[in-house]
Amino acid sequence: MGTTFIFTVVTLSVLGLLLAIVLFLVAKKFKVVEDPLIDVVEATMPGANCGGCGFAGCRAFAEACVKSRSLEGKFCPVGGNAVMQKVAAHLGVAAEEKAPMVAVVRCNGTCANRVRTSEYDGSVSCRIMGSLYSGDTACRYGCLGGGDCEKACRFDAIKVNPETLIPEVSEDKCTACGACVKACPKGIIELRNKGPKNRRVYVSCMNQDKGGIARKACTAACIGCGKCAKACPFGAITVENNLAYIDFNKCKLCRKCVAECPTGAIHAVNFPEKPAAAPVSAPVAEAVENHKE
Amino acid sequence: MRRTFSMGGVHPNDCKISADSEIETFPLPERMYISMSQHLGAPAKPLVQKGDKVKTGQLIGASAGFISANIHSPVSGTVASVGPYADLAGNPAMHIVIDVEGDEWEESIDRTADIVREISLSPAEIIKRIADCGVVGLGGASFPTHVKLSPPPGKKAEFLIINGAECEPYLTSDYRLMVEHTEEVLLGARIMMKALGVVKGYIGIEDNKPAAIEAMRRLTESSYSEIEVVPLKKKYPQGGEKQLIDAVTGRKVPSMGLPIDTGVVVQNVGTSFAVYEAVQKNKPLFEGVMTVTGECLSVQHNFLVRTGTTFDRILDYVGGVPDTAAKIISGGPMMGKAVSNMAAATVKSTSSLLLLTEDQTRRRAEGECIRCGKCVQACPMGLEPYLLNKLSRAGRMEELEANKVYDCIECGCCMFTCPAYIPLLDYIRTGKADVMKIMRSRPKK
Repeated sequence: MGTTFIFTVVTLSVLGLLLAIVLFLVAKKFKVVEDPLIDVVEATMPGANCGGCGFAGCRAFAEACVKSRSLEGKFCPVGGNAVMQKVAAHLGVAAEEKAPMVAVVRCNGTCANRVRTSEYDGSVSCRIMGSLYSGDTACRYGCLGGGDCEKACRFDAIKVNPETLIPEVSEDKCTACGACVKACPKGIIELRNKGPKNRRVYVSCMNQDKGGIARKACTAACIGCGKCAKACPFGAITVENNLAYIDFNKCKLCRKCVAECPTGAIHAVNFPEKPAAAPVSAPVAEAVENHKE
Repeated sequence: MRRTFSMGGVHPNDCKISADSEIETFPLPERMYISMSQHLGAPAKPLVQKGDKVKTGQLIGASAGFISANIHSPVSGTVASVGPYADLAGNPAMHIVIDVEGDEWEESIDRTADIVREISLSPAEIIKRIADCGVVGLGGASFPTHVKLSPPPGKKAEFLIINGAECEPYLTSDYRLMVEHTEEVLLGARIMMKALGVVKGYIGIEDNKPAAIEAMRRLTESSYSEIEVVPLKKKYPQGGEKQLIDAVTGRKVPSMGLPIDTGVVVQNVGTSFAVYEAVQKNKPLFEGVMTVTGECLSVQHNFLVRTGTTFDRILDYVGGVPDTAAKIISGGPMMGKAVSNMAAATVKSTSSLLLLTEDQTRRRAEGECIRCGKCVQACPMGLEPYLLNKLSRAGRMEELEANKVYDCIECGCCMFTCPAYIPLLDYIRTGKADVMKIMRSRPKK
């Protein structure tokens, strides 16, 4: 009985020791030398693995940064400048400052603005709907409302409004990773500069039909009249194929175009309400409001 | 035991309610919209301008490349405009709009009803005439016929098969042609056999068309003995090229292969008739037989319609769209396309206008896949639709390719048979498009 006990302990111990030596040697022989900096850089990344940087996840981005020792053409849209500064500090190079971007939906063909010309009863997917026909309204450029952008978003930042059937972007959640831009078969979504105080001016339409046809399909369509381009003092607006486009790098947010647009296709967001008459100080305005009530 | 294809297939109710309606000539409309993209391949180049006078049968669109086809004016009149016009899916394509004035035909066209039996042209001349007359495959894909009749070097045709299966429910245009123009169809086949240099032809007809089989048999036994009538057991998609070759000859077209790899060329009944008219009567392809049908219509029609007639014009003629109609389809119910733009015009291969009721078109709520395997059983190409659907939704392109998504013929059998109403084909089709794009982008070896 006792000998069996001792025999078992000795055999297993010797076996364990031998295997440990084998494992040690194998580990030595096949050791992968990896720059410890990769781990450090990866730790500073947001860890969303969204692919917005163009690499297959945060680890791949960190590896690429460390291996090339440069940040040229590399930017994490989720982490933004703050993360890139940290990465740059780890690598000992200078980071490029980039203006923060946000996804912008360039279609305002809400149910009220666009009449439905047919009823789609197929699979709820913009991709499938777009491959079958031009869409359930007379505008073949506009949003299909199938929510492919919503499904593509990993940050819960874009949602199709069930009342208008047009997606809306939640600015604080949007990381400008570009997943929705790729998912949209109509190419409506664009990444634009977030702008100072989140203020932006953009043409919320993609219709390239001639004015009359566009207007008939949607009351909020850009008709390509070119009034905005004439009004713009900075040459930021170009009209091509009956469609105006505002270059966000040139736009100074003066909003002259917004006033000129006959169909309201140009949207200005996050601007304070314009005072109706002569500027009144805030307390006075409040008092007036109270008095009215 | 009647022959049929060996793998998969489904049995939809054939609903050939318009089978007994004789072919009527559709009256000329006031305005015609002739698309320049009526065939597979490069769109034709418009040859006329606004204000030009054209005659019926005059060349107005020139073939733009090897895989392309000529387009001829279906009417005489004045060109009102040349420009983009929305097709049946609402997407713009180059169209020539013609205001109809009278019906003055080109003098070179033989308008008599006499059947010309003697084939005087040489094979090369036949193919040239077919190309000149803009004949395309009328079975659905609109592949230019002259290309199909010129096998690539190193490949040799052994048989010609005329496709009279017409397996899609409701459609009866090919059936009417086989019954009313039996000899012309057979002559068309004989002409194509001469062009291909083959001595044996078959005509495959499903057994739900006994009158057509009977009519064809009577003629082939007496004077067209080189063509054999093959009655086929009714099964969808028998009219698919690969399925028909399997059903008639037992040969299997290899994956990614073409019918010519098995030594067979398949042409539709409508194409055969068009070839006869082009070669023997010098008449370009600008009109075709079209079924206008549906349970909600009181009268069923088979019209001889000039290409470029608008759908709303056709529906006006049959008494407008009935209130009970919920969906209008161009083509058959299995593979046809819903018409969202009623102002669109017919093209050479438009074979039907089908009006379905709410009950017939209702899509049921999608359930969960229970792995019953019905779709696998139904797939005529031996694919696994349930798997392709999942892979496509997950965007797993390598696996989609490994599972041969590119072999899908988009017949819809899987979706038809699915007890959970999963829109399998919708997702397989998008997955197939993605995979084909990736495959095309690869450098060629």
